[in-house]
Amino acid sequence: MAQLTMIQAITQALDIALERDENTLIFGEDVGLNGGVFRATEGLQAKHGEDRVFNTPLAESGIGGLAIGLALEKYRPIPEIQFFGFVFEVMDSIVAQMARTRYRLGGTRHMPITIRSPFGGGVHTPELHSDNLEGLMAHSPGLRVVIPSNPYDAKGLLLASIENNDPVVYLEHMKLYRSFREEVPEGYYTVPLDKANVSLEGNDITIVTYGYMVREALKASEKLKAEGISVEVIDLRTVQPLDINTIVKSVEKTGRLVVVQEAQRQAGVGAAVMAEIAERAILNLKAPIGRVAAPDTIFPFGLAEHDWLPNEEDIIAKVKEIVAFD
Amino acid sequence: MAKVKSFNPLDFAKQVESVDAIFPTVQILDETGKIVNEDLVPDLKDEELVELFSRMLWSRALNDRSTTLARQGRLGFFAPTAGQEASQLASHFAFDKGDILFPGYRDIPQLVQHGLPLHKAFLWSRGHVEGNIYPEDLNAMPPQIIIGAQIVQAAGAGLGLKKRGKKQVAFTYTGDGGSSQGDFYEGINYAGAFKAPVVFYIQNNGYAISTPRSLQTAAKTLGQKAVAAGIPGVIVDGMDPLAMYAVSKAARDWAIAGNGPVLIETLTSRFGPHSLSGDDPKRYRDQASFDEWDNKDPLIRFRIYLTEKGLWDEAKETALIEKVDQEIKDAVKLADQAPKQKVSDFLKNMFEVPTNTIEEQIATFEAKEGK
Repeated sequence: MAQLTMIQAITQALDIALERDENTLIFGEDVGLNGGVFRATEGLQAKHGEDRVFNTPLAESGIGGLAIGLALEKYRPIPEIQFFGFVFEVMDSIVAQMARTRYRLGGTRHMPITIRSPFGGGVHTPELHSDNLEGLMAHSPGLRVVIPSNPYDAKGLLLASIENNDPVVYLEHMKLYRSFREEVPEGYYTVPLDKANVSLEGNDITIVTYGYMVREALKASEKLKAEGISVEVIDLRTVQPLDINTIVKSVEKTGRLVVVQEAQRQAGVGAAVMAEIAERAILNLKAPIGRVAAPDTIFPFGLAEHDWLPNEEDIIAKVKEIVAFD
Repeated sequence: MAKVKSFNPLDFAKQVESVDAIFPTVQILDETGKIVNEDLVPDLKDEELVELFSRMLWSRALNDRSTTLARQGRLGFFAPTAGQEASQLASHFAFDKGDILFPGYRDIPQLVQHGLPLHKAFLWSRGHVEGNIYPEDLNAMPPQIIIGAQIVQAAGAGLGLKKRGKKQVAFTYTGDGGSSQGDFYEGINYAGAFKAPVVFYIQNNGYAISTPRSLQTAAKTLGQKAVAAGIPGVIVDGMDPLAMYAVSKAARDWAIAGNGPVLIETLTSRFGPHSLSGDDPKRYRDQASFDEWDNKDPLIRFRIYLTEKGLWDEAKETALIEKVDQEIKDAVKLADQAPKQKVSDFLKNMFEVPTNTIEEQIATFEAKEGK
């Protein structure tokens, strides 16, 4: 098995998908010769041809419309939105069109579209590039929102998303792209959608998180372990719809919960997890649910990112507070 | 070369005029039923001419009957079509069943002619999912409500047809208001860049609800928007069925031959309100505007033309109207028989593989529906 970065795992998954099914098409801004601004599609046009991997005009709504039209012609589009901050330009196509097609047509048509996009903070992008807009997507019935936290999952979840006959918004945290390597099997495999992963088993408290914050939570857990606090870390992987069973099971065991998200506090995935636990497992709770999130401002100016983004220390402090509650 | 020398790139007025000048309006059959452009008369057989007129009459009758049904509360949303019969049915006449139709909310007549059973059109109007469940061989999407969305989708479908090597096109309709949407430009630009076989229609009926065409853009015509996408643009007398057919046929041929898309602006009019949901056109149109367009009625001019050719008479018209009335009655009856919709079915149609939270909700609603 090779040691791959997350972006290498993603490229490998796309290569395999193109190989396995001639109906798969990759398109977007600069995905061809240039291999995408992060090189996620590097070499794929040369290998699979300009008919399968191609650049589009720089217009996101056009990319969304193209995906829908191609899906109606029984293709399996894998469009790339260059940065997820640009998603507002294509909201109608994603939320009002592809997400509702199966419902609207009484279950008679598929929309097997996997929209890939880099997102997340901490890499010093210009304005309107980073942002954590997964909550906006999660709010839209008919979409799956998938966010991997490591190379192995990235490859398996991407292949599962591409195989899926419903639209998937597949978000790749930019800070995870090249920050570490992991063993990734060569060939084809999938990691199931809609299933959370217990990244770390523990008994005292449950942390539910996803994306880059899984890394921070794991680092925090190691330090907390040294202080005698046993943390269970759940990586949602699919942030919408939620794998409620896995979360409830863990909370039933630990009796304490902290949700961690990089996105602003005011809405989003963490709030949904808290609401579900309040509804389904409140009597198992020995303490209030804790939340670690970014403040409710617009995504910060680059030089202030470090202060703005939630991190390991924030998680440690919140976990200690919840554990200490009596 | 002298011409090039005299061109002054800073003569803005001249530049605008020169663009306006290359978009004349195509007309073949004038308001009195006379051929005014012999060279462009389409090669349609007598029975095809009769069939086209019959479809236009059918559409007018459908409009009139639907208006009554809507006023009786027996339909839901209804956008009148009277006045647009040539723009809608004579354009559609140039396409075949394999071509993919992306209609707007007013384009129900083309959808039915493309293969949508009439009772399903009524069910769509009423807000029943059965109205969106299409027969296998119907190459169309349900009517689009967001007025630019179908334009980018048609570009995608056109690219798909090209990639599959199919000798078919996608064709799509929006209105003068729709041509102001960003998606309109993205769609024609994408199709142009990819040389996708798509025919785009702007049915310019003068008003986007109450907003007049003059407020949509500073451009003198909507057809000239094609210039920015580098594709052909044509303006047609949308009340002239022969011109509508001839231009549409030429556009389809051009697209199928691999040349890419065509944009067609049809100059037409809706004789009625925007929809029957409260719009009163007298608030924003004066009587002169109604009278002017009444005189351009596509049915009148086509009827004169066919009658003079000996292809049409009053008896034929009466028989056709009776047949249409019966067809509409039967369709209403069928629509009335549609089963009550279930929320549990809606939930089942959210995903191919239901998620556990959706499954819970299905169970909840099935229990409620079973009571």
